[in-house]
Amino acid sequence: MTAKLTVRNVVVAALLIALALLPVYAEFGGNRFVLTLFTRIVILAMAAVSLNLILGFGGMMSFGHAAYLGIGGYAVGILAHEGVTSGFVQWPVALAVSALFALVIGALSLRTRGVYFIMITLAFAQMAYYIVSGLARYGGDDGLTIYKRSQFFEPLNLSSKVQFYYLCLALLYGSVYVVYRLINSRFGLVIQGARSNDTRMRAIGFPTYRYKLACFVIAGTMCGLSGALLANHTDFVSPAMMYWTRSGDLIIMVVLGGMGSVAGPVFGAVALLVLEEVLSSITEYWQIILGPLLLLVVLFARGGIDGLLRQAGPKPEQKVHQ
Amino acid sequence: MTLFIEQCLNGLQFGLLLFLLAAGLTLVFGIMDLVNLAHGSLYMVGAYFAATFAAFTGSFVLGAVLALVATLLVGMAVEVIAMRRLYGRDHLDHVLGTFGLILFFDESVRLIWGPAGLSLPLPPWLNTSVQILPGVHYSAYRLAIIVVTLAVAAFLYFLVMRTRIGMLIRAGASNREMVGALGVNIKLLYTLVFGLGAALAGLAGLMQAPILTVEIGMGEKILILAFVITVIGGIGSIRGALVAAIFVGFIDTLGRAFFPDMLRLMFTKEVAATAAPALSSMLIYLLMAIVLIVKPEGLFSAGNR
Repeated sequence: MTAKLTVRNVVVAALLIALALLPVYAEFGGNRFVLTLFTRIVILAMAAVSLNLILGFGGMMSFGHAAYLGIGGYAVGILAHEGVTSGFVQWPVALAVSALFALVIGALSLRTRGVYFIMITLAFAQMAYYIVSGLARYGGDDGLTIYKRSQFFEPLNLSSKVQFYYLCLALLYGSVYVVYRLINSRFGLVIQGARSNDTRMRAIGFPTYRYKLACFVIAGTMCGLSGALLANHTDFVSPAMMYWTRSGDLIIMVVLGGMGSVAGPVFGAVALLVLEEVLSSITEYWQIILGPLLLLVVLFARGGIDGLLRQAGPKPEQKVHQ
Repeated sequence: MTLFIEQCLNGLQFGLLLFLLAAGLTLVFGIMDLVNLAHGSLYMVGAYFAATFAAFTGSFVLGAVLALVATLLVGMAVEVIAMRRLYGRDHLDHVLGTFGLILFFDESVRLIWGPAGLSLPLPPWLNTSVQILPGVHYSAYRLAIIVVTLAVAAFLYFLVMRTRIGMLIRAGASNREMVGALGVNIKLLYTLVFGLGAALAGLAGLMQAPILTVEIGMGEKILILAFVITVIGGIGSIRGALVAAIFVGFIDTLGRAFFPDMLRLMFTKEVAATAAPALSSMLIYLLMAIVLIVKPEGLFSAGNR
């Protein structure tokens, strides 16, 4: 498709370019901290993009998405602890374990709907949290320090901040593209159809359960990858990565950015984490501002940032979600 | 054997305490169709109020009563200011909005009471043990919790099944619009129900306070358990909440107490030592998964939701 020149598209393009130019600013502006912050933002944005696939497009309100962050992270952490530092082993294992977990959880959870689905995904994520907390060999509650980041071929070196940032950014753009292609494919249309009316989709003859399960597994795997990145970023994994409030953070990013818009979660992640950073520099008690702010977003800005951008400028003709 | 009886009573006490939380949650959900993550915050607020008022008045019972009233008022204020605007919205909006409230409550508590936890000392007349069977002693305070929660459960049953308000609550759970159309002041009813749920959560918090420390984040941990109970029991069903709460209380307590020994019988010592803590905290989630797979609507589903 050819993109129209709307306010929203211009802002999206500007954001993508700004993210790509950030290391240049960090280098010349002398602000090294901003690169660390934005590496984290980019990684969590990827997790939010994956959550948006099931939440925004599939209508599956998973409240346990942070579990995959933890699983991906622990796959890297545990392998590194056991002396396997090759990224060619670590990352495929992280993806495979996340996919397997998502397959089992999804197969069970998708039998339920509505609030029950929210609760059962939450419960499974808590279960994963307790399993990890109980791994005494790998630090238990205290977490596990990773002494060596994933090793790839020369010259790719994850310990270089700039290289690592660009790797994360490339993977984020890649996952945005994958989600974009997915939701505009036949598969994605079935998923969105099942969100609007599951019964009707089944009546037409689509086995929606299988479609939704596949979607759930794709999202989980993608989030597992961002977990592997997060572990490399912080050089540390702990059960806190998958505590349920972290899943809440991911949901906030998706809703704040705009559900059901491919680029929305990227906006959401940038907005939330930058806001956190700004507020915490103003006052130690920044959550006292953030909390009511979230409530206000829920009450008054329903489409999130993407919705606001869509309203700005002339209304584009309604097409398939883009 | 003494240990077993003691652990069974602990399980019953913990289960009944969880029932107080789950009952409020399931009431609010069943009637207002509202997913309230901030329910755990009210539990925390109840505990903080109790610790403060008890220190201020010098009397445990007076402090508890004042805390109960204060939590009720906080709950009603939260309903009027925030929750009222969330009814009829998507569940996702509830999750997000009330998540915001959690942040607000946690941070407010940190601002008012500081980051360190409080403790609520027991008065001497409760801080003893009583002989319940020949040779078996049990903490008087835990026994008091069991008695109080059973009384509250009986009161709830009476309130919901035998009074006019209860009739409206039940009617509201099955068809809200119709109750409103019949001229009932739905807004007031909702505020009262939410306040009742808050008071129940506060009661659970203040009774748990002397056993655990009163700290920020205490609500989040127990909230998940309360959710598990409402889901197992069937959302909207108080009876289901009671059965599921006692069940979960037993499994959690007995699991933690005896599961490691059982594992040790079956596997080597090392396996048991590493696997037991994780597995025993997983038990209830496994239970929930099994219940949902067999009966996706919970054990005692209140209606078609």
